[in-house]
Amino acid sequence: MDSGHVAAADHAAPQTSVPEDPHFGKASGGKVGMWIFIAQDGMSFGGLLFAYGILRATATEWPVPSDILGIALTAIATFILICSSLSMVFAVEAAEKRDQVGLVRWLMVTIAGGLLFLGVQVWEYMHLVHAGIGFAECTWEGETVNSLFGSTFYAVTGFHGMHVTAGVIYLMCILRGAMKGKYTQGGTSSSPVELVGLFWHFVDLVWILVFTFIYLL
Amino acid sequence: MTSDHIHPEPTTFLKKHVFSVDHKVIAKQFLWFGLVWLGIGGIMAMMLRWQLANPGVPVPLFGKLLFPRTSGVIDPASYNTLFTMHGTIMIFLGLTPAMIGALGNWSIPLMIGARDMIFPTLNMLSFWTMVMGGAVGFYSLFVPLGATEAGWTGYPTLSTTVGAVGQGETLWAIAVFLIGASSIMGGINYITTVIRLRCPGMHWMRLPLTVWGLFLTSILNVLFIPVIGSAMIILVLDRVFGTTFYVPASIMSGGTGGDPILYQHLFWIFGHPEVYILILPAWGVVCDLLSFFARKPAFGYRASVGAMVAVTVLSAVVYGHHMFTTGLSAMLGESFMLLTMIISVPAEVLFFNWLHTLWKGNLRLTTPMLFAMSVIFVFGLGGLTGIYLATIGTDIFLHDTYFVVGHFHLTMAASALFGTFAAVYFWFPKMFGRMMSERLGKLHFWLSFVPLVIVFCIMFISGYAGMPRRYYDHTSTEYLRPLQHLNVATSVAAFLLGAAQLIFVYNFIKSRWWGEPAPQNPWEVGTLDWTTETPVPHYNFKTIPVVQCGPHEFSNPVLGPDTDWIYQTEKLPG
Ligand code: HEM
Ligand SMILES: [Cu+2]
Repeated sequence: MDSGHVAAADHAAPQTSVPEDPHFGKASGGKVGMWIFIAQDGMSFGGLLFAYGILRATATEWPVPSDILGIALTAIATFILICSSLSMVFAVEAAEKRDQVGLVRWLMVTIAGGLLFLGVQVWEYMHLVHAGIGFAECTWEGETVNSLFGSTFYAVTGFHGMHVTAGVIYLMCILRGAMKGKYTQGGTSSSPVELVGLFWHFVDLVWILVFTFIYLL
Repeated sequence: MTSDHIHPEPTTFLKKHVFSVDHKVIAKQFLWFGLVWLGIGGIMAMMLRWQLANPGVPVPLFGKLLFPRTSGVIDPASYNTLFTMHGTIMIFLGLTPAMIGALGNWSIPLMIGARDMIFPTLNMLSFWTMVMGGAVGFYSLFVPLGATEAGWTGYPTLSTTVGAVGQGETLWAIAVFLIGASSIMGGINYITTVIRLRCPGMHWMRLPLTVWGLFLTSILNVLFIPVIGSAMIILVLDRVFGTTFYVPASIMSGGTGGDPILYQHLFWIFGHPEVYILILPAWGVVCDLLSFFARKPAFGYRASVGAMVAVTVLSAVVYGHHMFTTGLSAMLGESFMLLTMIISVPAEVLFFNWLHTLWKGNLRLTTPMLFAMSVIFVFGLGGLTGIYLATIGTDIFLHDTYFVVGHFHLTMAASALFGTFAAVYFWFPKMFGRMMSERLGKLHFWLSFVPLVIVFCIMFISGYAGMPRRYYDHTSTEYLRPLQHLNVATSVAAFLLGAAQLIFVYNFIKSRWWGEPAPQNPWEVGTLDWTTETPVPHYNFKTIPVVQCGPHEFSNPVLGPDTDWIYQTEKLPG
């Protein structure tokens, strides 16, 4: 059946396992994968924020967020999170410069930023629940308010908080490798740091949207 | 560079056959998994058709076993569960693994000349997450207070605790979530693999169209499954924590209440792309197989790619056509109507290309070719009826009737199923190293194709006559009683269709272990998967191939009189 056809194996010149080819593009597989993951994660936030938008726009009554939510405190938390994005940038830079001490230091700063943010969030939740804003039922200063205010607030910020938690754990895993010097050997060895950085920036960026829509508007 | 995906050959049984990270093994796992669930979902369909043809008559053979309390009769609640789980199983646990999981895992690395998927571990996780989803879904049938009854679309308030008290509905939502997570993992893997691991010379316009279909499907998977994921999270919150996202004020004891239509938006933002998620790989397979077996280049390769890309983009902006009867504003409704109509333009481009590929071809009517050609036919029927549904004026009448059931079974169910069959018959020799029986295959084809067309065409008639879908017993309604003979006829054809699948099961199992050993390239096609030996070695290719020409160089005059095809690794003479 194969008359006249040479099997490919004999035909092809010897190759390295993954050959260089202009069509491959430049980004590493991990990076492409992380971007796609971020796109899908963005869509799940999109779904939740869409739900929030529709419910709020069609509600007959909806409390003014700044009356109930402590904007000042959350603004500080937001600032902390943005700073942790900055320290993440320094961490990636340190890894690329093969500066292990710098890498470990900046990763620790980033993790601390994430933990601080989570701490503020937990404190805020406790305070709100105490004041009557529950997940399924809401009262504020003795009067019932639309329970969806609480439901959407906890659903969206909780989903984001889970991302920060995941990010902190991810960062800690990277920190362990960084202490062993895994990412400061030059070449592509720093790319895991870059990947965690992408994820961390994404989590921060989403927070800015969440903060705007849920707290400020 | 990125060589993490290269892994040594496993030695233990667990690593080799259960928690394997080899795309070929995972493809087979997905295939077996999908086929088993297609069988389960198919048996459910048979029970549904039994009830519709003989309302209140005990199910023969195994009825007493499944419905002991009613001595074999399907009670209304079980009927609801059956159609809900039938739809969910067929889409998420049958076609998704068989079409996307198995076909994608098998053909992507082999057709682009890669040694494996780029993230092999993620690939394994994707399979086992789907197994978990299947297990949760199956378990949901046996929980206190009852299984899901809200339809595969799971609309609130039917699916909130107001309409479904049983834990089954919660588990259903969790199952859908898990299966979605599995598809997302697969999608990330497929997209990255196609972007990063194409062998030298395999540029985008030399990819087999099967790979294009799977690539675009993966994009839709990755972008839109998260939306149904959030819909399911919210549903679970409503059911478990007593929130009221989807529960309107009118059915609550007080308070402000949420919006059940919100769910429909979230569901269909995903749901409409989902129908293309299932059809795009089938389209890709059809594009390729028609060319392979007509011994002609795929007509309008670039136009086909363009059309598939256009459909992918458009599919994101038409979902409102599922919601014409929800009180959508007239302007929105008409925009969705227009956009939906526009999507038939790229679909027509594909049709034109398919027919032109066949035109004056040197047709080899093998079983895979027959199935591929039948996709054109059933998809055509389904697509044409879509126009009636996209038109608001007619849809208001046809919505939620058997007309819709006929439409989506032909477009989605039948086309994707026949596409899957075409793919299984086509790749079976490479996958299992043995040939399937052509005689039984053709028998299976004709005994599936004819009854299937009858089943769904009768549904157009009964739906047009006003028969609503999801009714337990049409004879209990005065105006539907004269239509009962249509139900009987549909069921008879459906039983034939069901019985014909036994031929496939027999052929598949028999050929898998006792079939004739397959040669390296039984179909004489040139794509990279057929350049490697059978059975495919652990690393697929001894050396990474270098591609020199497109996938469809058939009957090219420069090849001379002796042969009508050439491998993609060979240079066209002259
Ligand atoms: C020519 C293109 C198409 C048009 C104009 C079209 C139009 C429509 C419309 C308007 C509906 C809603 C009917 C109603 O509920 O009242 C519908 C339902 C549906 N369509 Fe299509 N469609 C097209 C192609 C497809 C394709 C390619 C698929 C699948 C591969 C598909 C699968 C479905 C499904 C699954 C439903 C019903 C979902 C449900 O309610 O359970 N359609 N179609
Ligand atoms: Cu649709």
